[in-house]
Amino acid sequence: MELVNLFIRSIFIENMIFAFFLGMCSYLAVSKTVKTALGLGVAVTFTLLVTVPVNYLVDTKLLQPGALAWLDPSLADYDLSFLSFIIFIAVVAAIVQLLEMVVERFSPSLYNALGIFLPLIAVNCSILGAALFVQERGYKTLSEATVFGVGSGVGWALAIVALAAIRERLKYSHVPAPLRGLGITFIITGLMGMAFMSFMGIKI
Amino acid sequence: MSQTTTKSEPKEALFSKKNVKLLSDPLNGSNPVTVQVLGICSSLAITVKLEPAIVMGVSVLVVTAFANLITSLMRNLIPNRIRIIVQLVVVAALVIVVDQILKAYVYDVSKQLSVFVGLIITNCILMGRIEAFALANTPWKSFLDGIGNGAGYAAVLIIVAFIRELLGSGQLYGYQVVPESWYIHNGGWYSNNGMMLLPPMALIVLAVLIWVQRAKFRQLIED
Repeated sequence: MELVNLFIRSIFIENMIFAFFLGMCSYLAVSKTVKTALGLGVAVTFTLLVTVPVNYLVDTKLLQPGALAWLDPSLADYDLSFLSFIIFIAVVAAIVQLLEMVVERFSPSLYNALGIFLPLIAVNCSILGAALFVQERGYKTLSEATVFGVGSGVGWALAIVALAAIRERLKYSHVPAPLRGLGITFIITGLMGMAFMSFMGIKI
Repeated sequence: MSQTTTKSEPKEALFSKKNVKLLSDPLNGSNPVTVQVLGICSSLAITVKLEPAIVMGVSVLVVTAFANLITSLMRNLIPNRIRIIVQLVVVAALVIVVDQILKAYVYDVSKQLSVFVGLIITNCILMGRIEAFALANTPWKSFLDGIGNGAGYAAVLIIVAFIRELLGSGQLYGYQVVPESWYIHNGGWYSNNGMMLLPPMALIVLAVLIWVQRAKFRQLIED
């Protein structure tokens, strides 16, 4: 039940886009059509599913104060947590590279569908952000971290697909010239964020 | 090749017109946030109050300036294939330094910024300016470009935070600006707009900024 709660919370209430503005760059750039938005959403969710648990393990088994004790009791005094940024981003970059190769080998159709987005995900803020949130909020088990990762990914995908659908419709509306493009997209995102705030307080 | 360029371009003064333009452009017509659409990721969530916004702006300014400088110094040594990884390592190392300094001197603000200091690494401004500018220009120019873009980013953060803190909590930099006697609970007529403190308003304030800027610089209008 705890996990279901966490899942729902990370999709709706603590949505990566609407509550923390993470991954905004690609969110704005790739939300012109629903099809590409969906492809990127799936890719981000998949990457989060893999990188968040790995980064959680790296954090608890290598970086936290005393985390090295499982190797040798004499290492219990080491605190490598100041290295977490550089290690996390290296892990993310490596996994994205690996994912690209695996997907290309086993599912060329998915690889072609994702195209350029897959390598770009390495610098998507939401991936590193999720890893840092896991560290910051101190999720205690591997399953908690995994559920949080998947939930954030699904929330992100939901947000980008919804925005793309609205932007496809927007072509037929009359927007003031200086607001066209970026400006109106921000306003729409803000309004969607307000709508998502009504999920606050949901508990399962 | 390099000799001909040095001949055709005699030693430029440190603050020649061209170089000053590198500094001032990102503040007006080519602002990294509102025009180039870079670095929105890690920026808006910390604009509820002025203090964290200023600290964040200065941190990003320092990181962009030095990341640009360092990559530009190494630009002829970096093999093209692995340049992204090299850039990420340079940026991540600088961010770790900034993070440790913030933790040492302004611990409270560093706690408020939480994960967003780390997210400077994936801030698109850094990769964008390194890729677009530092890899092709001399160190001093890249340094100025970094400062200019960092300042453009900081300016947007500070304007948004100024509006949100003033309207949302009646304070500026933690000091009460709206007189206490104006408030309804003190018998006055004023009350804070609590909605300004919620995340979606950051986007809407930024959209209004973009609107104002594009109404002023008509050439930026998208069609």
